[in-house]
Amino acid sequence: MIAGGHSLLPMMKLRLANPELVVDINDLEHLAYIREQDSEIRIGALTRHYQLLESEPLARHFPIFADAERVIADPVVRNRGTIGGSLAQADAAEDLSAVCSALKASVVIAGGGGERVVSMEDFHVGPYTTAIDDAELLVEIRIPVRPGAGSAHAKVERRAGDWAIVAVAGGLWLDGETIADAGLALSAVGLTTVHATRAEELLRGKRPSEELFAEAGAIASEDCSPSPDGRGPVDYKRHLAGELTKRALRRAAERARAGTTPGGHTWR
Amino acid sequence: MATTTAASPETPIGYGRMKRKEDARFIRGQGKYLDDIVLPGMLHGAVLRSPYAHAKIVSIETSAALAHPKVLRVITAKDLETLGLAWMPTISYDSQAVLAGDKVRFQGQEVAFVIAEDRYSARDALELIEVEYEPLPAVVNARKALEADAPLIRDDKDGQTDNLASPLWEAGDAEEADQVFAEADIVVEREMIYPRCHPAPLETCGMIADMNPETGQLDLYNGNQAPNAHRTVYAQVAGLPEHMIRIMTNDIGGGFGNKVPVYPGYVCAIVGSIVTGKPVKWVEDRSENLMSTGFARDYVMHGRICAKHGRITGVRVDVIADHGAFDSTAQPSKFPAGFFHIFTGSYDLEAAHCSVKAVYTNKAPGGVAYRCSFRVTEAIYLVERLVGELALKMEVDGAELRMNSFIRPEQFPYENKTGWTYDSGDYEKTMREAMRIAGYDELRREQAEKRERGELMGIGVAFFTEVVGAGPRRHMDILGLGMADGADLRVHDDGRAVLSISAQTQGQAHETTFAQIVAEELGISPDKIEVRHGDTDRTPFGLGTYGSRSTPVSGASAAVAARRARDKARLIAAGMLETSPEDLAWEKGRWYVKGDPEKAATIDEIAAAAYGEAPLPEGLEGGLEGQSVYDPPNLTYPCGAYICVVDVDPGTAEVEVRRFIAVDDCGVRINPMIVDGQIMGGLAEGVGIALMEVITFDEQGNCLNGSMMDYLIPTALECPDWELGATVTPCPHHPIGAKGVGESATNGSPPAIVNAVCDALYRSHGVAHIDMPLNPARVWAAMQGRAEPPQ
Ligand SMILES: Cc1cc2nc3c(=O)[nH]c(=O)nc-3n(C[C@H](O)[C@H](O)[C@H](O)COP(=O)(O)OP(=O)(O)OC[C@H]3O[C@@H](n4cnc5c(N)ncnc54)[C@H](O)[C@@H]3O)c2cc1C
Repeated sequence: MIAGGHSLLPMMKLRLANPELVVDINDLEHLAYIREQDSEIRIGALTRHYQLLESEPLARHFPIFADAERVIADPVVRNRGTIGGSLAQADAAEDLSAVCSALKASVVIAGGGGERVVSMEDFHVGPYTTAIDDAELLVEIRIPVRPGAGSAHAKVERRAGDWAIVAVAGGLWLDGETIADAGLALSAVGLTTVHATRAEELLRGKRPSEELFAEAGAIASEDCSPSPDGRGPVDYKRHLAGELTKRALRRAAERARAGTTPGGHTWR
Repeated sequence: MATTTAASPETPIGYGRMKRKEDARFIRGQGKYLDDIVLPGMLHGAVLRSPYAHAKIVSIETSAALAHPKVLRVITAKDLETLGLAWMPTISYDSQAVLAGDKVRFQGQEVAFVIAEDRYSARDALELIEVEYEPLPAVVNARKALEADAPLIRDDKDGQTDNLASPLWEAGDAEEADQVFAEADIVVEREMIYPRCHPAPLETCGMIADMNPETGQLDLYNGNQAPNAHRTVYAQVAGLPEHMIRIMTNDIGGGFGNKVPVYPGYVCAIVGSIVTGKPVKWVEDRSENLMSTGFARDYVMHGRICAKHGRITGVRVDVIADHGAFDSTAQPSKFPAGFFHIFTGSYDLEAAHCSVKAVYTNKAPGGVAYRCSFRVTEAIYLVERLVGELALKMEVDGAELRMNSFIRPEQFPYENKTGWTYDSGDYEKTMREAMRIAGYDELRREQAEKRERGELMGIGVAFFTEVVGAGPRRHMDILGLGMADGADLRVHDDGRAVLSISAQTQGQAHETTFAQIVAEELGISPDKIEVRHGDTDRTPFGLGTYGSRSTPVSGASAAVAARRARDKARLIAAGMLETSPEDLAWEKGRWYVKGDPEKAATIDEIAAAAYGEAPLPEGLEGGLEGQSVYDPPNLTYPCGAYICVVDVDPGTAEVEVRRFIAVDDCGVRINPMIVDGQIMGGLAEGVGIALMEVITFDEQGNCLNGSMMDYLIPTALECPDWELGATVTPCPHHPIGAKGVGESATNGSPPAIVNAVCDALYRSHGVAHIDMPLNPARVWAAMQGRAEPPQ
């Protein structure tokens, strides 16, 4: 199956994928949308990166998308690549999976037998493998809209357009000055997206503070399992996991308190 | 963005910021590159490459590939041996396997060549060739290659018992250096690596070879930087008559030295055409380009610098040059380390000494690209990094220390401690101009304030002296070919002119710059001057474009040829005006009678007369032409002052180049806009090399940067708005005072950036040096006190 092709085609060029048949789903235009419905933001699987970057409702509710999209690949990739392809590719370094995890999203998978809704938790089965079966299609991403939300994405890359050395997606839902709920997920520090549940646990019920975020960072840094590669050694990646967790949570708290969020970014 | 103004007045014809003549075709997508060319009946080649860095070849089985319905031939070393072509000479008097027969010596080495009806089939058939390898231990580290138990790489060479690629080479005076260092107030010692990087031109390398079996004429379509010299090499290697070989380069999508060497793929394409009697096209892919073609640098340098009474007094360095498996650098024969002599920098030293050891490793050959094998980049990086560290340790300002130590204007021509004669310069003026543009004192104040707040801002200074325009024939040759360049100029009877040159543009805009040179000399509008290059049948002999030599050598040739045409025009004009040549004076575009300026012949009229029916002065033949083969009397020595401002993120160790000020003195600027373009491109390359570009290997010799996902080149987002400036100190021995600028910025920018990062981190973190590339992980390690050289 091919959507934007920005993950599949490179794999084919490198002979890592040798499909005999490729089904082009780009004509399923009705799968490209971002709308608010039933206290959820619903995003069609064929929505392109640039549409996520420019979306007004997303900027309002979840500015984390614009944070992430600004640093995903380059305009050429963003004009074509889709959120469905991103999640379905299930690359550990991929940014939108972490964003969706942090926002407690679920995905809708459709097949001959109808539709099912799967939480992000259950969606990623392992490296490059998801809960989507052979005869199924990812059709929609659903993100619950809850009060007091703030979210942010922080990433360090070697160069504009490169994949993350480490990236962290953070979401906070404040009830007054208390963290009612927290979401934290990391890219490029494990075999798949790392969902930092222990750090989330720590955050819940506490008052946001620099010390708390540093502590959450320390836990996230422990709980991830990066490997050394051309982007950096393990100690640096663990350090970044902590540092970026702090930065993402700090930003998310500021935004939650402000209640409003900066406008979308229109650069592509 | 601040931009340069030329110090010479801009004139309506000749010099000035005219738009590039070649761009009309490029921006319309009408450039013609190698892969655009399709010849009737053309076949396609593909190269099988070694997966191992070092392995014996036990057997090569090609029958399955030959059985592929679209495959015509599979060529291996055995086939080449029968033609005497299994090995070829490199430009450095070494030998290189065209196809490996005995063993492979680097990952990506050429093992077999498949010729098929189409490109896909050729590539598919590679997988049908079975090669049995017996892996051998590999060595990819230059130091380890020198250890006694290191595997011997070049066992093909008679008498070779170690991995030394050439005898130890030295320059300067070691004893004098001992003394000056002993008497110094301070000595700084530093081991530094200029890591292996790659120029990664947008267009990869390739060739179409077309041998006509009837006539014996060999046509080669191949984007290379020195077509005339390549033709001579092919003639020698293949034993073909040189005049029966024609090389056509067409447009070239970037060279940067990567298109200087003769690659095995080229020879295979030629052999392929000879054995099939059809044109054979071979074009490498991106990974082949990154993994097997001319890399740059890979210099391990142990440097020392000393100062006394606040002045730099001595520099010395011991180098291990890593050549990879074959020495295929392209320096002039007498200079095995190129022009590394220039490590004495811009300073009036009391002593200097260097030694260079060259070694073989199990890595791709090259060392030729990105400021060529002339090793000026390495020399400038060494000295400017040493001065940077010296300033930190002396706790003095880097700009001040340099200005205290500069060669002074009145000392030119200046003979440096390695015996080279610098032509001209006013270094302090150039330095001060950069400081003025930067607002240097204000920057230092800002830095002090930020330090108080724990912010990491750095200001890096580099002052370089370049040495370009190789070179005087009495000293310099490449494979026995003198380094002169020809220019043929013909002014047609309609007043238009054609200039044929041996220099070879790869984006430098020769079609514009060279037209401007002739325009200035003859007073013909540059629009009416066609510059021809890139076809050995239509151009004079000369050594081509690399080492920033086009304007210093070929440009001089063009000016001399134009002056010769102008001299002849004077004789013709004298006849037309019925006076003697001595009574004529020149102003751009016309000869006129001294004292009677109304009485004149314009160049258009003279051109018409040169081919007309009216009689010419006695003894004069018709036509208006000028020819020159220019042998430069000396090299030229451009210089520049660069100031870089960086911010380092204390939490993530990311480096941002916030400002970059570059003041270049390349002598007279022919087209200041084109000069700016050359500088901006070089600065961007410098950002790439300093911050992200590197070719590394694992212990087994696997190349870890064989694609654009792993070999990062900079984007506009990593580059600040360049702030350019100029001073103009004409070259005293060049006909129009120009010095060359193509590689200045690539040389000067990396040390400025590294100096800036060290300036940001020295006081807070004690970091006095980090080897490039300064990517976040490596900078962070240095901030933790664990800086390491790249693998
Ligand atoms: C140079 C470059 C840099 C990049 N940098 C980043 C980065 O920094 N961060 C980042 O997050 N991403 C990055 N990407 C990846 C980019 O975001 C991809 O576009 C995206 O991951 C895949 O989207 P696509 O629509 O192109 O998927 P495709 O390539 O079309 O498909 C990918 C996979 O998903 C499957 N698939 C696609 N759609 C569906 C569906 N609806 N249902 C089921 N299966 C489906 C396909 O069968 C295929 O296996 C980069 C890509 C490139 C080329």
